[in-house]
Amino acid sequence: MIEDLTRLFEEYNLLGAFWVTVQLAFYSAIGSLVWGTILAGMRVSPVPVMRWFGITYINVVRNTPLTVIIVATSLGLWQTMGVTMGSAQFTTTHFRLAVLGLTAYTACFVCESLRSGINTVDVGQADAARALGLNFVQVLGLVVLPQAFRSVIGPLASVLIALTKNTTIAAAIGVSEAALLMKEMIENEADLLFLIFGVVAFGFVLLTLPTGLVLGWVSNKVAVKR
Amino acid sequence: MSSVLYDNPGPKARLRNHLYTLIFVVVLAFALWWVLAAMDEKGQLEWRNWEPYLGDTEAWETYLIPGLLNTLKAAALSILIALPIGAVFGIARLSDHPWIRWPAGVVVEFFRAVPVLILMLAANIAYVQFTNLEPSTRLLYAVVTGLVLYNGSVLAEVVRAGILSIPRGQSEAAMAVGMRKGQLMRNILLPQAVTAMLPAIVSQLVVIVKDTAIGGAVLGFGELIAKARPASSFYFNVIATLVVIAAIYIVLNFILTSFASWLEKWLRTRKRGGTSVVAGDMIEEQAPGLRFDRPGDQMGGAPPI
Repeated sequence: MIEDLTRLFEEYNLLGAFWVTVQLAFYSAIGSLVWGTILAGMRVSPVPVMRWFGITYINVVRNTPLTVIIVATSLGLWQTMGVTMGSAQFTTTHFRLAVLGLTAYTACFVCESLRSGINTVDVGQADAARALGLNFVQVLGLVVLPQAFRSVIGPLASVLIALTKNTTIAAAIGVSEAALLMKEMIENEADLLFLIFGVVAFGFVLLTLPTGLVLGWVSNKVAVKR
Repeated sequence: MSSVLYDNPGPKARLRNHLYTLIFVVVLAFALWWVLAAMDEKGQLEWRNWEPYLGDTEAWETYLIPGLLNTLKAAALSILIALPIGAVFGIARLSDHPWIRWPAGVVVEFFRAVPVLILMLAANIAYVQFTNLEPSTRLLYAVVTGLVLYNGSVLAEVVRAGILSIPRGQSEAAMAVGMRKGQLMRNILLPQAVTAMLPAIVSQLVVIVKDTAIGGAVLGFGELIAKARPASSFYFNVIATLVVIAAIYIVLNFILTSFASWLEKWLRTRKRGGTSVVAGDMIEEQAPGLRFDRPGDQMGGAPPI
């Protein structure tokens, strides 16, 4: 079994594939944090049209399977509309398309987490702050957002973990990340099925479990006790 | 409307909001026009592309309806098999015996940490190796197996949260009248927990419907999104095909989501029976290691992905 394991690591670039997974998760996390924050801003803004846009975007994108979005970036954007994402290479284009799809989808969940974080802050807190004479920026920066941020760490951690697992769907458009490599491996070496499954599964446990434990601990530590 | 972020608008703020509205609508209209112009340039707006779906039934009969039926079949089988498994593991995790609690916990956390696609791929090759099923049946089995393993462990958490959501007075009263642990679970906790869990289960159904698409796109199971390539290469209408397929998913899932939130609201406000409820967004779905069922942690959960 040790021999099989070393052979697998020699013949297949497992670490490289997991590195692609990490990169997909990293860029999509940053993208969805930015786009999700903008969406959350629209969702809680005083302008009705922006609120309406935020709700519509979330209802449409959240109810579409991520697979459909990812397949659509390749089949629709790249193949039909000729969007190349600034690269002539198939690999780079599809990596960026996958990041685009993951960002568009994950931003919904980031937005909902942030919005519910803002909603956990009692209106009385803002009223009290204004009664003390704080201006809008002070109310937001000193009273509302510090409380809101503390309650969204947990939910954002689960979004990040879900995102890490969702990067496997990029295999549907041929991004050479962990799941695609696993597909190739188990088709070539079907007799090592359980070993390969064990290795890949262990890789994902290694990526997700520490994130969950650490951020879960942090979110409990900083939670506003009410 | 007052909120924690801003006051009721006065005359100046109202004027400013009108200005923002105008700017936003202009930007939105420009973006829409840009997208439509790009599509028009590639000839994707011509009626020829949309006719197979909007003006005829042949495409629906050949591609979409069979695909949708496969999606629904896989989703229904998965939830039906995953529910009892989830119930067993959820109750096992609440056991008083560490030797039951711990293994159940390890299994549940493991399958929540592994992507569902990895489970489907492994199940598919396992069926190739150890059975001689027909390819189409095998793919259905592989997709359902992957979904059951994953959603069974998520539902175990739902069941656990459901049982924990019942007020403690219920267990105390049952123990005071001399019930044993088994009786307490069967007669008092589970019947109430099942009702409390209903919204979360319906929300999980949305996740299952969405995840069947993974099996279609990567394994080649003949569900809805797997029909995108054959249909669009037959009619040469990629964008139209993708839009129609996405619309079917959106309508289906929107109905389920709305039903879940209606159910949740009804359970919270009903006059008879308890008002404990496990909201669809409380389970914290795929996050292994994160606990949200303690009081005070329940606020602000992300919806299931």
